[in-house]
Amino acid sequence: MEALLAPVVGILFAAATYLLLQRSLGQTIIGLALLSNAANLFIFVASGLGDGTAPLVDPETQLPPTGAADPVPQALILTAIVIGFGVLAFFITLAYRYHRITGTDDLEGLSAEVLPRAEDHETFDGRYEGERP
Amino acid sequence: MSDTNFWWLVLPISLPFGAAALGFALAPYERIQRLLGFGGAVTQLVTAAGLLITVHVHGTQVVQMGSWSAPFGISLVADHFAAFVLLAGSVAATASMAFAALTVERERVDSGYFTLANVLLAGVAGAFLTGDLFNLFVWFEVMLIASFVLLAMGRNPLQAAGATNYVTLNLVASTTFLVAAGLAYALTGTLNFADLAQRLPLVEQRELVLILAVLLLAAFASKAAAYPLSPWLPASYHTPAPDVSALFAGLLTKVGVYAMARSVTLFFPGDDVVRNAVLVLAGLTMVVGVFGALAQFDMRRLLSFHIASQVGYMLMGVGLLTPLALAGAAYYMAQHMVTKTSLFLVAGVIERGSGTGYLKRLGGLYRTNLPLAIVFALAALSLAGIPPFAGFVAKFTLARAGLAAEAWVIVAISIAVSLLTLLSMAKIWSEAFWKQRPEDITGERLQEEAGRPSRAHPTLVLLPAAALALVSVGMGIGAGPLIEFAIAAGEELAEPARYIEAVLGESALLDAGLAEAASGGAGHETLVGGGLSR
Repeated sequence: MEALLAPVVGILFAAATYLLLQRSLGQTIIGLALLSNAANLFIFVASGLGDGTAPLVDPETQLPPTGAADPVPQALILTAIVIGFGVLAFFITLAYRYHRITGTDDLEGLSAEVLPRAEDHETFDGRYEGERP
Repeated sequence: MSDTNFWWLVLPISLPFGAAALGFALAPYERIQRLLGFGGAVTQLVTAAGLLITVHVHGTQVVQMGSWSAPFGISLVADHFAAFVLLAGSVAATASMAFAALTVERERVDSGYFTLANVLLAGVAGAFLTGDLFNLFVWFEVMLIASFVLLAMGRNPLQAAGATNYVTLNLVASTTFLVAAGLAYALTGTLNFADLAQRLPLVEQRELVLILAVLLLAAFASKAAAYPLSPWLPASYHTPAPDVSALFAGLLTKVGVYAMARSVTLFFPGDDVVRNAVLVLAGLTMVVGVFGALAQFDMRRLLSFHIASQVGYMLMGVGLLTPLALAGAAYYMAQHMVTKTSLFLVAGVIERGSGTGYLKRLGGLYRTNLPLAIVFALAALSLAGIPPFAGFVAKFTLARAGLAAEAWVIVAISIAVSLLTLLSMAKIWSEAFWKQRPEDITGERLQEEAGRPSRAHPTLVLLPAAALALVSVGMGIGAGPLIEFAIAAGEELAEPARYIEAVLGESALLDAGLAEAASGGAGHETLVGGGLSR
């Protein structure tokens, strides 16, 4: 199973990196979603996959059965999924706002539109270059 | 575990959380919101002071949450380093919350400004006090989500762009950290800092440990805004309202530096590759940040570049890794939180008074507002490291540690960068305070646009910045007693065995050599040597 999941994690990371390097905000969102899923799957694989026995402690031996699944990574992933979901939801609303305020989803396009490209003298609306409106 | 240390460790986190919860319940009452914002910070300040005194008198304090013994549960740990930077952070936070309580407009109060700010304070305290790698990730997220919303409040297009940059890069950094936590668990089967510290040297796949180091450094370097992962900071910190900038400037990057110092000292103390990498990062961070600052004409943007530059000094202390250097880093962090917040608050006062923070439009402030000029001068001289201010003490400690370690290059860089810092502070001084204010109609128009002159009196608004500047002066002139805390912090950081023993207790220690090192204080060389030889 590990041998199967490891390439999946790799592909997810690669796809996420590619998408995050794009200028479009929409692709950034998908990139972030893939990235957090890749990280979760990575933790899942990294701890090793048992045969799925529940890690219930035997009252006599005081030990979990051999080959029991490790519950810690699952707890970690659960927490990470919840956090990742919340943060992604926030990012989507932020992207919506960005689009509403600036009228573009191009992350680079903004600087050219909002900042007047003037030298040191005043521009038509009386602002200097780099000055915050 | 006695009851008293339990409360000292838990209250700095839970009091701001409590204030935030009350803030939710009492959302319609504007005045109460403002009081709760300030109250959350003040109570954190008081409990953080109590914690530092407790740590100083009784040694490292540890609480196992829910009584699950370490390494199975989550430990809260306060040594000198954590308690000292927590106290400095809450001093800075108290001042910027006071400024915010006086100046934030009704609209943002109603959007939950003070509730979120309190959540931010709780997140920062949690990150300083936790002793668990995954728990640190959770505190980072608590802190970040509050900062995301604070940063995005407002309708300015540049602010939307700044917030998008900030959120994207911080999410990538968080995911990197999450992967690192997963890898650490895979290698050692534990997430507890102390347990990781004693198990990592025993891991046989050294190349995986190196990958873990790279992942952790990358994640923390981008949180701390260390070069080359720093551009998000100057792209976003100047875009929101000044009160938000001041709060962020004092707290957020320092949490990244703290996490880096903690992980380098505990996990990779004998690893020269990691140390040298941190030193190279430190040098580049200093230089690139200060040159960026020199080119700026927006006051807060200039100061933002300086944050990125100053982080380099703290990393220099971490990279040198001697007790004195770590003490210097701790003192640098503390004075930087105070001084930088003071400068951002001064920028906020100027922007409120003049309608702009753009240096070419400003001028004559020395004549029109002398107290403001004095506060700025005190904080700026401290930032540049001129004696007798706090920045000098911190830089002097670092430089001495660097000379003792014969790290000539980084010491030379740090001194040169100080001079450039002074130069850019002089630029603000001459542009905003010294020269005549340029007469232009648009300047007046800007002031009208900035609108809604607040009810708060201009002198009252200056008070938080002035108080911080005085603290900064006090940290310089009265450095004697204060630097004791930093030196104790440095000594503790340089001997991870003491941290490990405090958290796990004698019985859980892995090998006898470690227990001996913990009790005899033999230093970390023996510990790592013993670990690597098996």
